This record gives sequence, C-alpha cells and structure tokens, in this order.
Amino acid sequence: MSVSIRGLGHSYADLQTIDRLDLEVGENEVLGLVGPSGCGKSTLLELICGLLEPSAGTIAVAAATSARERLSHCAYMPQSDQLLPWYSALDNAALALRNRGLGRAEARGQAAELFERFGLAGFERTAPAELSGGMRQRVAFLRTLVSGKPLLALDEPFASLDAITRSEMQEWLAAALGADPRTVVLVTHDVEEALYLSDRVLVLSPRPTAVVTELQAPAPRAPDRDGAVTAPEFVAIREQALHALRGPHA
Amino acid sequence: MRRWVLPALLLVALFGAWQIAASSGALADVLGLESFLVPSPAEIAESLWQSRSLLAENAWVTLREILFGLGCALVVGVGFAVLMHLSDLIRDATYPLIVASQTIPIVVVAPILLVWLGFGIGPKVVVVALICFFPITVNALAGLRGADPEAIKLMRTLDASRWQVFRRVETPSALPSFFTGAKIAVVVAPIGAVFGEWVGASSGLGHLILTDNAQLEVAREFAAVFVLSAMALILIGLLALVERRVVTWR
Repeated sequence: MSVSIRGLGHSYADLQTIDRLDLEVGENEVLGLVGPSGCGKSTLLELICGLLEPSAGTIAVAAATSARERLSHCAYMPQSDQLLPWYSALDNAALALRNRGLGRAEARGQAAELFERFGLAGFERTAPAELSGGMRQRVAFLRTLVSGKPLLALDEPFASLDAITRSEMQEWLAAALGADPRTVVLVTHDVEEALYLSDRVLVLSPRPTAVVTELQAPAPRAPDRDGAVTAPEFVAIREQALHALRGPHA
Repeated sequence: MRRWVLPALLLVALFGAWQIAASSGALADVLGLESFLVPSPAEIAESLWQSRSLLAENAWVTLREILFGLGCALVVGVGFAVLMHLSDLIRDATYPLIVASQTIPIVVVAPILLVWLGFGIGPKVVVVALICFFPITVNALAGLRGADPEAIKLMRTLDASRWQVFRRVETPSALPSFFTGAKIAVVVAPIGAVFGEWVGASSGLGHLILTDNAQLEVAREFAAVFVLSAMALILIGLLALVERRVVTWR
C-alpha cells in the first residue's frame, strides 16, 4: 500500500494551510512528518485519511482517490486516545469489527488475541478511565491495528505521555511494526521520535506547508532505542533536522 | 454520611421549632389566627395516619397522572430530540417554536384542555406531559449535539455508519444530559398534575388539597402536601438509581 500526493492544496476559508505539496510513501515504509505547531501536519493526515477533501491536487492511497475510498483504506490514530469511556478496553479495540457488522462475541474474540501480544492481558474488561496513559495509548493503537487497514495514520500518538512512558511506547511501537509491517504516516513535533520510528523523515515548513528537507533515518526502529538515539550518527542527523525546523531566519 | 446527616439534623431541628411554636400557640398568635388553622407537625402526622386510606387513594390517582404524563413526555421528547438532531431542517424549523411555546403559561392551556378532554385523567396527563416535554427534549438534544466531534471522526475512520455513530457515540454521550432533563421533569411533573386537578377533578391529591382548603382542614392539607413531595422524592431517587446503573463511566 503506497501513498502518492500531487500538487496538494488546502485552505480553511481564506487561510491557505497547504500549498502545492508533493509526497510519496512506499509500501511498508514508515514516513515521519515533523514541523512546527500549526503547520498543517494534522490537516495533512486528515486529508490522506479521507476525513477532508483537498481544495487542489490529488491524493492516492493505493488506487483509492476519492475521500470515501481513502477512508476505507486508512486507520487513523488521533492525538488523544479517544477511547470511548462507556466501553471496556476490549470493546474499544473491537470497534472497527463491530462497525463492520461482526457479532459481539466474534469481534471481541478477534481483538482479544492481540491483547496478550500488546502486554494488555488481564485488562480486557477494564474501563479506559482505569488504565494508565501508556496502556490507553496501546489500546488505541490496538484498535487502529484491529481495523486491519493497510495504511496507519498516526497523529502525535505519544504527545500526551510523560517522557519515560513515551520512550517505552516508542520502543514498543518499533517492535510492533517490526512484527507486523505496515505503511505508516507518522506526524509528530518530536524530531527524535520521528527519526527513531521512521525510515524517512520530512521536515515541514510553517503555513502554507511545504517540505523543507528530507532525511534518511540512520537506524529505523532499532531494538535498543536508547543506544540508537545517542549514536553520533543519529545525533548529527537530529541536529540537521532541528536546524531545518528552525528555518532560514534562525 | 455527612450528605445525609446534616440535612436530616436540620430537618429535625426545623420540625422541633415548628412543633414548639405551633403547640404553644405562639405561631398562631404571631399570625393572628385561630390555633386550628396552624397545625403542629404532630397534628399533621396524626391527620396523615387517620386519613391514610383517603390519602393513599388520592395519591394513587395523582401518581398515575404523573407517570403517564412523564412517560408520554419521555417518548415524544426523546423522539423529537433525535429527529432534531438527525435533521438540521427539522431542528431549524421547530426549535425556535418549541422555545417560544414555553412562553404560553400552562395556566392558560389547562382550562382549554379540560373543555376538550373532559374531567377524566386525560387533561391531567397532557398538562404533565406538556411541562415535562421541554426539559427532556432540550437536554436530550443538547446531549446528542455535545458528542465529541473527534470521537465521531475516529468512528468514521473505523468504518462506522451514521447509525453506528449515533448508537455507539452520540447516544451514550447524551445520556448524562438526558438524565439531567429527566430529573427536572420529575420535579415539575407533580406540579403539573396538581394544577391539572385544580382546574377540574373529582379525585387526586391536588383535588384533596383544594377541598381541604375550602373546609379549613389545614392539617390534612399539609398531610397531602407531605405525601405529594414524598412521592416526588421517591421518583427522583428511583431515577438517580437508574442513572447510576446506566451511566457507569462517570
């Protein structure tokens, strides 16, 4: 499943948020998008997922070009976990299956298989409010995976977590993607997170969004996260990215 | 404990003061009234016991009016809120009229209902339903519209149909607000029933209060008021119980 974006433009009323953006994501590639706050990263994800229609240009997710078709190809994980408080962790994870018309028992059964693998065994019946931040995020990611869609669109998935939990979750996500490769578009404002989790990182400019620079990650999803992000090569590329983020005026 | 003990103590103190003031004749002297017109709590309790079957008979009549009226208001009010939520056209057309209709005093409507529907239970049920309709409808609608748009967006990426969004996100979101409206309705319903009886009835607590008032049976009048408010309190308690069983995530 690849993504191809050509001449993309988007505006809210008179505000041009994205202007003539081109972007490619390969099959099973993890593409990181970093940029300053308000640069239209989230809007870009919503456009890819088919939650919004662009005002110019085309977006193709595999062969799907209409918003409706894109919506059926993309799994979206928003910044806040958005677990529904009236459902248990398991029922939240099984939402996509239920929406597709699967019976409750069958949907739960399929989702439950993943709970063990994700370190969530024993928490199937727990209400979201009783889970820790990291666990909620894992359930949210599980819900995204269970939907079985080929493209994952992750919008600042760990932004709400504390630093320690965040690095644990990054390591965990790296392992999960290693076991079950997917095409991923990862939006974050954390350069380190993007460079660790992605194969390739695009640094975006403030509005209207354009690509400032493209960087190859030195060691995508290395098992030893702390080692990987402190390697001199990684640090050098991180500095390069930060420099690009600060822009020509800095 | 504090929640119950403090108001209970205050109530006992108030009744004690009332008892002393009324039984010593001080209250009647201050008001310049005959002492039988100012009954003490003990006298009211005595009247409550002596007239228990009369009070029970009439309470049953009023309770039925309240329950039927509430039931109608719930069905029509929730149904209408759902229609207004699903159709902007219906909402824009009817919402201002519903609000405006609240400026028509029920005092004016009740006699007309009596003319149209006769002296039976009909006009009382309609009066109760009319005054309960507004808080139920408005709160249910506010609850449905208050569903988190981010959660709805997420459900769309999980392949949810309009109906599934309604069932799995909007309806549970609306429940707390719906119960708020229902509680207001339960509080005003007895007022509606009593007023419906005042316009024309041959039984019911409102009718009893009116005839006791004319015959200066003040102690029994107080006893009827006591039964009426006890009934309303029990209904509110039952509703709160249902709410706690249904809205488990708060």
